[in-house]
Amino acid sequence: MPTTVSTATGQAESMVLNMGPQHPSTHGVLRVVLELDGENVVKARPDIGYLHTGIEKSCEAKTYSQAITLTDRIDYLAPLSNNLCYCLAVEKLLNLTVPKRAQYVRVLLTELTRIGSHLVWLGTHAIDLGAMSVFLYCFREREEIMKIFEMVSGQRMMTSYFRIGGLALEPPVGWLERVAKFVEAFPSHLAEYEDLLTENRIWQGRTKGVGYLKPEDAIAMGVSGPPLRAAGVAYDVRKFFPYSSYDEFAFDVPTRTESDCYARYLVRMAEMGESLKIVRQAMSKIPAEGPIRTDAPGIIPPQREKMKTEMEALIYHFKIFTEGFSPPPGEVYQNVESPRGELGFFVASDGSPKPMRVKVRAPSFVNLQALPMLVTGRLVADVVACIGTLDIVLGEIDR
Amino acid sequence: MNGLFAQNAYLLISLLKVAVVVLVLLTGIAYLTWFERKVVAHMQSRWGPERVGPYGLMQPLADGVKFLFKEDPTPAGADRFVYFLAPFLSLSLALCTIALIPFGPGEISIFGRSTSLSIAEINISLLIVFAFTSLSVYGVALAGWASNSKYPLLGSLRSSAQMLSYELGLTMSVVGIVLLSGTFSLRTIVLAQQGTVLGVLPRWNVFSPIMPQVIGFLCFFIAALAETNRVPFDLPEAETELVAGFHTEYASFKFAMFFMAEYAAMVTVSAVASVLFFGGWLSPFPENPAFHFTYYLPAALAAVGGVLLIVNGLRYRSKVGRVVVPVLGLILLLLAATCALPGVNPVIQGPFWLLSKIFFFLFVYVWIRGTLPRFRYDQLMAFGWKVLLPVSLANVVVTSLLILLREKR
Repeated sequence: MPTTVSTATGQAESMVLNMGPQHPSTHGVLRVVLELDGENVVKARPDIGYLHTGIEKSCEAKTYSQAITLTDRIDYLAPLSNNLCYCLAVEKLLNLTVPKRAQYVRVLLTELTRIGSHLVWLGTHAIDLGAMSVFLYCFREREEIMKIFEMVSGQRMMTSYFRIGGLALEPPVGWLERVAKFVEAFPSHLAEYEDLLTENRIWQGRTKGVGYLKPEDAIAMGVSGPPLRAAGVAYDVRKFFPYSSYDEFAFDVPTRTESDCYARYLVRMAEMGESLKIVRQAMSKIPAEGPIRTDAPGIIPPQREKMKTEMEALIYHFKIFTEGFSPPPGEVYQNVESPRGELGFFVASDGSPKPMRVKVRAPSFVNLQALPMLVTGRLVADVVACIGTLDIVLGEIDR
Repeated sequence: MNGLFAQNAYLLISLLKVAVVVLVLLTGIAYLTWFERKVVAHMQSRWGPERVGPYGLMQPLADGVKFLFKEDPTPAGADRFVYFLAPFLSLSLALCTIALIPFGPGEISIFGRSTSLSIAEINISLLIVFAFTSLSVYGVALAGWASNSKYPLLGSLRSSAQMLSYELGLTMSVVGIVLLSGTFSLRTIVLAQQGTVLGVLPRWNVFSPIMPQVIGFLCFFIAALAETNRVPFDLPEAETELVAGFHTEYASFKFAMFFMAEYAAMVTVSAVASVLFFGGWLSPFPENPAFHFTYYLPAALAAVGGVLLIVNGLRYRSKVGRVVVPVLGLILLLLAATCALPGVNPVIQGPFWLLSKIFFFLFVYVWIRGTLPRFRYDQLMAFGWKVLLPVSLANVVVTSLLILLREKR
């Protein structure tokens, strides 16, 4: 246990170190106020708000459809997960059923998002602990995923590809081949990262036994996602509250019981493999033909052909894009399993075309509060490892 | 005039040697940064420096110019004198060590006077090398302390502790060498490594027939990594924890001096490693007429490099490159021709093999950087005291026992 140093005046003294907001490994603009005794952390207090963008509030000034573009920017490493969650919430409010084809495409793309997000996590976590090459390898792989997103939606990061009631566009010809190419190549790359890190003595030394989180504490604090599963709690929204036809897919929820940084690392590595399994299944499930949007006049923009021949369609189109649609008054909460944990959207409607309130349950925000518990009594170098394995995204924390 | 020259010839020749070595070393350091960035880049599937000059060859120069023209602020409350002193101390100490490295056998004659192929000939040169490396911790410790900032303070605390504890392992690991060769003079240590083991292996200290110093070498190399603050022991400047460690508050050319000091230390430590364990300037091929063709190896290498440069350079994508790269190739060819001259050929053998060995170790440095994560502070200390020191001590004990047994027989 750390003891405080007695100075000449007899007073106990510790050094306060501001880690961040400008710091290479706080993954954005997190500020952690560390009280140090030598290199031992006596107290850690995360200070957030440096990236506050007011996304939740901005949503109230947009129509339901317009707000989708804002959700991309919440968790900028997993934009499609945010899109999905928000769309599912509004669809719940409107009581819409999305065609199966769109659902499978959504599953495929969100699982690719998960892999991409985990790759960024692995890369940044590795570079935090000094393994520089892994960082670049991970970004090389992520680039392939980005290219798939660009092919499908025209955007690499802020895709906004999921729309209320389905997808924005018909996926382009040949996109599944591209996904197949990625799926083909990825397992060997994953094995490469495992080679570099999993059995590496230095890596194990840096992560094993570091940042222990008791399962009870994790549950009490609402920690979700890989940190919770690494503590031995097999909670995954995809299994407990299946959405978007996840119940039709066979996949495992990897768990560990050690609940340290190494366990969280292993869980995420295993999750990438599971996501790949889901992507494979989705590829075979997606029908070649079929609607990508549900048919709901007045809510979903009509097809272009109909607009040119039918009066109602033209009117609906005009109304949707000038004033939006008005869901019935009410409140919904929809949760999905984002790469970081349980992502939830609470959407309240007062019957107007704009949401009355949008509240995001951001997994990073909730997981971050476990940080003091993980790092107290440990070394400064462990703080970096712990922040890394919590896998926080500041855009999501501050919203 | 002639009398004046005769009186000061020793001084003049020494100055000339210093000038040549420093020039080569500083250029080498500059291009070592380029080399490191290129090699690491290719290990990480990217290109590395590519824009400044053909193959990014002007990058070191551009970096140097940039450092010179950067603003050089001193943090408020810094101890100005010490803040200034630290980078000078670091760089000069790192450069000093090279003076003791013997580059080749025998004597060469300059202006009709013969002189040895090293700057300083001291019979305890090994001890002086360690004295210099021990002192280099001052640069780091003072820099962190004088900056009046928290991250540098933590960085310099770490590095003082690290360098002091690894100094011990470093020194212990070479005791075996001293026992084997019975001298502290680097030149004599190299000379003691002549010959072969079993007729094939060179009789270098790593392959020594009495007690191969493999363990000693491994300990030395690990300790040297720690001593020069390189991955996986780059804690003092652990970028992702302590921002930039002890030189966080340094900018402009003062920072460049720390940077150069690190690379100079890499070069000198590699040189010391090759001298102590890998026979310094000695060729890995046995000294017999059958292997005399190896004397043309440097020339052949330069020629192949020159031809490659010319062939690739003529197809280089930029106009400047299409001129510069073939010219470089021609220079290399010229160098190859010079190396093949009967008068020059034997002289350059020593420097060639020493430089090749240094180059190899530098590559290993870079390779390790591309592969391994970083140790944690306490693990590093534990490793130094609980593993490295006992192992190198055991090496000393076993070596001395074997030497003793051999003498008794």
